[in-house]
Amino acid sequence: MWDWEYAISIMPALGKAALVTIQATGIGFLLALVLGLILALLRMSGPRMGWAVSALIEFIRSTPLLIQIFFLYFVFPSFGIVLDAFTAGVIALGLHYGCYCAEVYRAGLEAVPRGQWEASIALNLGTYATFKDVILPQAIPPIVPALGNYLVALFKETPLLSAIAVLELMQTAKMMGSETFRYTEPMTLVGIIFLLMSLVSAAGIRWLERRLNRRSAR
Amino acid sequence: MGLYSLSAMLLAAVVAIAIMAVSETFAIFVPGLLQGAWLTLQIALLGCVLAVTMAVLAALARLYGPLPLRWLANTYVEVFRGTSALVQLFWLFFVLPHFGLTLEPFTVAVVGLGLNVGAYGAEVVRGAILGIVPGQWEATVALNMTRWQALRRVILPQAFVAMIPPWGNLFIELLKSTALVSLITLGDLAFRAQQMNQTTMKTIPIFTLVLLMYLVMSLAITICMRLLERRATRGLARGRSA
Repeated sequence: MWDWEYAISIMPALGKAALVTIQATGIGFLLALVLGLILALLRMSGPRMGWAVSALIEFIRSTPLLIQIFFLYFVFPSFGIVLDAFTAGVIALGLHYGCYCAEVYRAGLEAVPRGQWEASIALNLGTYATFKDVILPQAIPPIVPALGNYLVALFKETPLLSAIAVLELMQTAKMMGSETFRYTEPMTLVGIIFLLMSLVSAAGIRWLERRLNRRSAR
Repeated sequence: MGLYSLSAMLLAAVVAIAIMAVSETFAIFVPGLLQGAWLTLQIALLGCVLAVTMAVLAALARLYGPLPLRWLANTYVEVFRGTSALVQLFWLFFVLPHFGLTLEPFTVAVVGLGLNVGAYGAEVVRGAILGIVPGQWEATVALNMTRWQALRRVILPQAFVAMIPPWGNLFIELLKSTALVSLITLGDLAFRAQQMNQTTMKTIPIFTLVLLMYLVMSLAITICMRLLERRATRGLARGRSA
């Protein structure tokens, strides 16, 4: 039922695929962080803009990531932009989670007391300087744990990229399965790898949270 | 977003689908996609029932169960929250038959997604129960209630209100993850979209329609949960310091 020799023989290939998964997670999350901040700031910039951005965020959050991945992968070529599967997938991941991150940023920004804005005006700081030096340094640290949770969530969504044939963990396992008709070992190993990486990153987030709390309490 | 904005978006999406249903480029896709949407809805509804059941059982086992049961519930929650939904579906679909248990794709979909969301829900239920102030427990002791009576009559009804918003989010997560079942050969909305896309190459109309259909279902869930929340919290604020 469980063939150890086969399981060990596929480990190196799965390890290589795990790197692709980590790469997709890293780039995707970086994109989500930047996009989320932009969306959150745009939403604050005025009532009409705010409504449009809110509707966009609601739309992206309410529809499945898988469909969005297909949409980007198949639709871009009809506008003459041909993306390889990895790029299209990572952009979709970043866009989807950017919308979740925007909500988190908003919570952080709204938690900064009004007086900070008023003080910045009194000190004659420009909008950019206010954001960069006063608001964001206070808004970001409290939301790091929430952002971290989305990092883990995004990581767990990367198997969706297998649907457009990105050679990450899931796709590699599927191909091994279809070559040898042995699904037990590759699928189970992929499950274990995901479990281990999620547990490690969850522990990492808790550690970061404790450190940040200590610093802001001082 | 507010209830009015959400309702406006829902209305706009429904009108958009209706207009597409009679327009020439879109009309041929609508009946097939609606059939897919029906399957998606069935999986989502059955999945929700399973998820809520599992969540309550696992949360109660984690909080009040004897040690072995607590361990079992902990393992369930950690394993299903720690791996991705797609891996779980594939495991149920491809690996279980090797152990002599072959399930229908539909059963795999409902069981897989229900168990996955149930694990997240268990944390919601546990958090809501732990969020009830200790004075409520003490009061039930003073009233000579058994633990089960206290839970059923005092604790859970109050915890229920706190659970509504996070459950709304989880139901939407569940609806969205039903798109994954297209990868285990079920003919849901996402599957039909891919099929039509491969045969006609009309990507933009097909996927626009599909996105709108998912949007309608998600918004309906959001609006229902908001209304439920409003009803459940009515009259509750009385006697509580604001």
